[in-house]
Amino acid sequence: MDFGLNENQEMIAQMVRDFGAKEITPHRDQWDEEQHFPIDVMKKLGGLGLMGVLVPQEYGGSGFGYEEYVTAILELAKVDPSIGLSMAAHNSLCTGHILQFANDEQKKRWLPKLATAEWIGAWGLTEPNTGSDAGNMKTTAVQDGDYWVINGAKNWITHGKSGDVAVVIVRTGETGDSHGMTAFVVERGTEGFKGGRKENKLGMRLSETAEMIFEDCRVHKDNMLGNVGEGFIQSMKVLDGGRISIAALSLGIAEGAYEAALAYSKERHQFNQPISSFQGIAFKLADMATELEGAKLLTFQAADLKNKGKSVNKESAMAKYYASEVAVKNSVEAVQIFGGYGYTKDYPVEKYYRDSKLCTIGEGTSEIQKLVISRAILKE
Amino acid sequence: MKILVCITHVPDTTAKISFTDDNTKFNSDGVQYIIGPYDDYALARAVELKEASGGTVTVLNVGTSETEPTIRKALAIGADDAIRIDAEPTDSYFVAEQIANHAKDAGYDLIMMGRESIDFNGGMVHGMVGELLGLPAISPVMKLDIEGQTAKLAREIEGGKEYLELDLPFIAGCQEPIAEWKIPNMRGIMSARSKKLEVLAPSDASEAVKLQQYELPPAKGDVKMIDADNVGELVKLLKNEAKVI
Ligand SMILES: Cc1cc2nc3c(=O)[nH]c(=O)nc-3n(C[C@H](O)[C@H](O)[C@H](O)COP(=O)(O)OP(=O)(O)OC[C@H]3O[C@@H](n4cnc5c(N)ncnc54)[C@H](O)[C@@H]3O)c2cc1C
Repeated sequence: MDFGLNENQEMIAQMVRDFGAKEITPHRDQWDEEQHFPIDVMKKLGGLGLMGVLVPQEYGGSGFGYEEYVTAILELAKVDPSIGLSMAAHNSLCTGHILQFANDEQKKRWLPKLATAEWIGAWGLTEPNTGSDAGNMKTTAVQDGDYWVINGAKNWITHGKSGDVAVVIVRTGETGDSHGMTAFVVERGTEGFKGGRKENKLGMRLSETAEMIFEDCRVHKDNMLGNVGEGFIQSMKVLDGGRISIAALSLGIAEGAYEAALAYSKERHQFNQPISSFQGIAFKLADMATELEGAKLLTFQAADLKNKGKSVNKESAMAKYYASEVAVKNSVEAVQIFGGYGYTKDYPVEKYYRDSKLCTIGEGTSEIQKLVISRAILKE
Repeated sequence: MKILVCITHVPDTTAKISFTDDNTKFNSDGVQYIIGPYDDYALARAVELKEASGGTVTVLNVGTSETEPTIRKALAIGADDAIRIDAEPTDSYFVAEQIANHAKDAGYDLIMMGRESIDFNGGMVHGMVGELLGLPAISPVMKLDIEGQTAKLAREIEGGKEYLELDLPFIAGCQEPIAEWKIPNMRGIMSARSKKLEVLAPSDASEAVKLQQYELPPAKGDVKMIDADNVGELVKLLKNEAKVI
């Protein structure tokens, strides 16, 4: 077993750090303040091959595995978690759904555009009244000849307004039937499909989160992914992989907050000594470092299993659950170690603190992860 | 056009410098290594020249196997193949001899490298390689264009710039703004693994200089803050304590 980064991962990490320092860090605070979603940065990430990390080269992607993918998101999240979130959602959810469940013709149609970020992708499962309970969704698609007519709304959708293409999961059968939902690809510009309100968020403010509205939106049957009734089952599988990316995002936040706190604790003096010399602070750092390592091991374990094509239902839920809680905890402790300075926007920990909370909510809350884990272990 | 880019493998600019073995060895524990920043400019320009008018870029490093990740990065950035001359780069002349021995029959149209490394900052290798090969060596080159067999370049000189024209081949020691550093992309990283990295035994060369010992500059003293209104006190301290006036 090898626990270190491989040479590719080292190079990817360096590449992301160099890119972030040049293209993101100088503008980050302003964009955060203005809640600006920097599409041009996403396009540049596409130029680097980071918007189709897992997509095979024949479809215009980079053709890497989950280890490299986790490393890229982790490093990007250290620079800015919200760009990390956008990258993760684009890769794992929209692109990932098409990659896993589209036929070859559909893959050729959409993957090259997504993998290069010529198109930004969105993925719509959640609705105003159905989040954790997504299977109860109300948005419907009704067949009319070669077309399906979609009506309803999805909200909390990453890139819901700016996305050029969206995968949406909609009701095509009975409520309560897990086979009553189907996935469609809807391109921007399709009549009856529009972006709605953009959320004003606590954190992750560079990542656009918005509503998608469907009013008699006619989508051709060639845009259906898989068969009628498979959409919900597909999306649960997409989330199994997606959770690894939220775990990676969490690792970036947990590591960024920890490293900032560690450095500051050595520089800041009180009572004529560095604050790291107080056991109360040193023990916090010990907990932060230990839990970060634990979260990394869980996440890379899930990534390794996924690469080997094994089921990661339980393992990715464990990684996502644990890593996201560690991200929140480490950023809370980092603010505490920075004291009053940590409460200001002059230091990065304030932003990690705000951004971290999304990790215990998006792609299944911590409670839902515990549901997934407990169901899996009770079945074993 | 066939370009050779010589790269160094040096500690990251933010690395904490310390020594071991009675201050005779650099302590590489926990140190991140990078392509020498000036070499990185040379590499970026070489790749641009290749992209504009075809040819190949070969990177060369004189170093032990631990420099290979750095060489791979150069391949990821866009070099076509690489050569590592398997030897500890002990001093400038040794390195220059290794480069010159390899390059003398290899038919390069242009040999590029940084104006200096950022570990020892000798800034001598390009000149020595030029001398050993009987070719012109120019440094620091801030702008470089090639038209046919002619190079047009700008060189930084004291207080200004000098514009030169000369025939290929020659040696260029490069610095910014000759090009912008290139960030490798995922495809580059993927293809770097399958590009050729040839390891050559060093040619016989003499170690002209022997390193005796390193010494760190003295630690910075405490900062004394003096009230802006108290200029008299400042002058007194500068005179009596700092002894600079
Ligand atoms: C920034 C951001 C980006 C997002 N991006 C996307 C996207 O791109 N696509 C998309 O489809 N969705 C997206 N979401 C939606 C996200 O997946 C949901 O917010 C999440 O699944 C939770 O749903 P909810 O907000 O409706 O909360 P609810 O489901 O209403 O949950 C409220 C609380 O009840 C708890 N709870 C619910 N059910 C149970 C239970 N059975 N047992 C115990 N506790 C329970 C939850 O854990 C939570 O604490 C995004 C959300 C955010 C904030």
